[in-house]
Amino acid sequence: MTTATTAPETGQPLLELDGLRKEFGTRHTNVAVAGVSLRVHEGETLALVGESGCGKTTLTRMLLGLLDPTAGSVRFDGQDLATLTASQLRAVRRQMQVVLQDPYSSMNPRMRITDIVAEPLVTHEPEARGRRARARNRERVGELLEAVGLDAAIQDRYPHEFSGGQRQRVSIARALALRPRLLVLDEPTSALDVSVQATVLDLLADLQRQLGLTYVFVSHNLAVVAQVADRVAVMSRGSLVEVGEATTVLRTPQHPYTRRLLDAVPVLDPREGRRAARRAAAQTGEAGR
Amino acid sequence: MTTERATTDPHPADARPLLEIDRLSVDFRLESSVVHAVQDVSLHVHAGETLAVVGESGSGKSATALSVLRLNPSPPCVYTGGQIRFDGRDLLTLSEKELGRVRGRDIAMVFQDPMTCLDPLQRVGTQVAEVLRLHTGQSRAEARKAALAALDEVGIPDPEVRYRQYPHELSGGLRQRVMIATALVTRPRVVIADEPTTALDVTVQRQILDLLVSLQDKHDMAVVLITHDLAVVAETADRVAVMNKGRVVETGDVLDVFDRPADAYTRRLLAATPRLEAA
Amino acid sequence: MTVIPPAAADRAPAKKPPGGPRSVVLRALLRNKLAVLALAVLALLLVAALFAPLIAPYDPNTQDLLIRLRPPAWQDGGTGAHLLGTDQLGRDMLSRVIHGARVSLLVGAGAALLAGVIGTAVGLAAGYFGGWADRTLMRLADVQLAFPSLLLALAVVGFLGSGLWLVVLVLGFTGWVSYARVVRSEVMSLRTRDFITEARAIGVTDVTIMRRHLLPNVMAPLATIGTLHVAAAIVAEASLSYLGLGVPKETVTWGAMLADGQLYLGTSWWVAVFPGIALMLTSLAINITGDALRDVADPKAYRR
Repeated sequence: MTTATTAPETGQPLLELDGLRKEFGTRHTNVAVAGVSLRVHEGETLALVGESGCGKTTLTRMLLGLLDPTAGSVRFDGQDLATLTASQLRAVRRQMQVVLQDPYSSMNPRMRITDIVAEPLVTHEPEARGRRARARNRERVGELLEAVGLDAAIQDRYPHEFSGGQRQRVSIARALALRPRLLVLDEPTSALDVSVQATVLDLLADLQRQLGLTYVFVSHNLAVVAQVADRVAVMSRGSLVEVGEATTVLRTPQHPYTRRLLDAVPVLDPREGRRAARRAAAQTGEAGR
Repeated sequence: MTTERATTDPHPADARPLLEIDRLSVDFRLESSVVHAVQDVSLHVHAGETLAVVGESGSGKSATALSVLRLNPSPPCVYTGGQIRFDGRDLLTLSEKELGRVRGRDIAMVFQDPMTCLDPLQRVGTQVAEVLRLHTGQSRAEARKAALAALDEVGIPDPEVRYRQYPHELSGGLRQRVMIATALVTRPRVVIADEPTTALDVTVQRQILDLLVSLQDKHDMAVVLITHDLAVVAETADRVAVMNKGRVVETGDVLDVFDRPADAYTRRLLAATPRLEAA
Repeated sequence: MTVIPPAAADRAPAKKPPGGPRSVVLRALLRNKLAVLALAVLALLLVAALFAPLIAPYDPNTQDLLIRLRPPAWQDGGTGAHLLGTDQLGRDMLSRVIHGARVSLLVGAGAALLAGVIGTAVGLAAGYFGGWADRTLMRLADVQLAFPSLLLALAVVGFLGSGLWLVVLVLGFTGWVSYARVVRSEVMSLRTRDFITEARAIGVTDVTIMRRHLLPNVMAPLATIGTLHVAAAIVAEASLSYLGLGVPKETVTWGAMLADGQLYLGTSWWVAVFPGIALMLTSLAINITGDALRDVADPKAYRR
């Protein structure tokens, strides 16, 4: 999204993962994440790519502080999450928010849009609580909804009244409520139709430009990643197999797994397709007969 | 407003399509409203050919596909008009009993989510064999042999071992292969695949698409592929029909439609599909 | 923040709001004719219980031995002054049945409420935290379930003496397990849903997550068990009173009336039959309401 031409390796990274490891189970330990080290710099989009079961969900839960690592550390803005007190952790948490994949299950079906979007405010700002704060909250929720391209007047409706794309915009509005620095976007468009996906990706790019956000963009769709990422980290079986500039990784992949992944992506050109190749082969075969 | 373009049809004029949907209209009559899910849709597919029906959610592509075997839940579904001709018969007017002989034997379906289509309490091999016994009245031993061969044909390693396993013991890709084996074991002439790879990882998707194409060639089947992904269409289809809001907005040879999309919606869809070359 | 124009594909207005989920449930409930009838019966009972002293023609405890065991008005020897006849001490049956509704509903609602509060708290904690909290609380539930609740009630009442509130307490403390189990399993499936993960990512505290996100989503099954439990508690109170261990003698209850009337069944059927009918109608109406609630409260009906 932002073309980071300035060397990103200078300065302190916003997010630093060091030897992050997570094992599940007590008797048969199952290693979900096996020692991941990664840096994410302010203002960039890092895409985390991998197939189901590769450990990318576990990794994002750890970097959000929702899951304790078995070993290793997560540092946000230089602070190790494990060493923070509860109140310090809360202060860090408001700077990193998450948007999840499924816009149908990511909202409490019994809450109105206004309460859903205001929840981060109410949680972190004592002055946003109570009856007297309602008018102020509604105003802020209205601004947030308009910032993501929705009508401020939808506040009193329930999530089930909206389409997937609209809900995903509501999710983004909620994630922005506390003006975070880092957004973890966990397959944010995978459940959406392509035309809606395009509009949501555009929105995310605009927001990043305006607000200077840093994105960790989790996706299994390499075509989407090609469109949004500055850097790409490819994950397989709990480990990062390749990390680098997006263009480099996607054009000249080094690791065999990355190559296999890229090879499998269907190409949007009927002349390149397997069936076309086969058809051509059949025709020359017939001609030769 | 279908744009059917004049192209060099590889099928001579006298060759009737194997499956022909002719001006089909389908309504869903809900309690408070009527949804015109499919409106005046015409499609056809020849033997050995792949027709991709592409569209976004709510386009009516699945309702169209399910109509062929009258599998839409009814009520609320009502077939309000048109014909679906297979082998010279209108499938919409067949009795349930006659249609039962077509389902799974002449025309088979592959769905998106194999986990919900396979019986969790039965061994996968038995499920493949059951289909065969139902349609051909083969003996248990014969059906078992044919089912094993079918599992082998769809590229399942160690079919003898897998035959005795339950659906939850298989990976998503293997489960989808079992589904395909179940669909193909009766040697159907038409396979309707409704988003067969949407729930799968991209490397597994590649394998399943390759498998479908190779089996199609081997058995000269007609394939109707329902999908939301234009890239999958580009990879696998001979012809494509683009659906939007219950109507076919454009149909034609896949090369023509991708090179010179005539309909504005098709153009928008093509533009919105992300490309790997963007990097 | 700068306004970003909404995308055309996304702007399609969602269908007009049909009101909140609650009104949907209510409308679906009113479409069920049997449920409407049951609700009407319950409303009538509630009115009878609330305004018993105003509605009842006589004081339920006033004895008049001169008119004992009078049959209902429509039978030979019956009088319009006592529509449902009188009992063995000459007390007006109609007045006693009306007053009996007070105790029955109070015990039923009180016990169900108490059990509901305990069970929901236990279920929320067990389902949300899992691990040792879950194991401990559920073992406790197993132990509770292994005790026949009526026997426990008998023992407690026999030991501590009778009293209306004691009955409510005992039935409440013995009935929480079914609430806890249902709430726990609901919570366990809700816990993995994305909106709980998002709430945690926002930094919402556990207690708030339970109150704001989990509790409202388990209310539907809770309401269903609650109604069924009210009926069960009413019958249980009647059984205790029938055994002479329920509430004090001067409090009118259907169970005690049944016990008294049993002696006269051969000659004066009405003494036992009218409280019996009242009891049956009440528990039937509550059960029908509960079933209807369960049918319509399925959140899938309006989720999308």
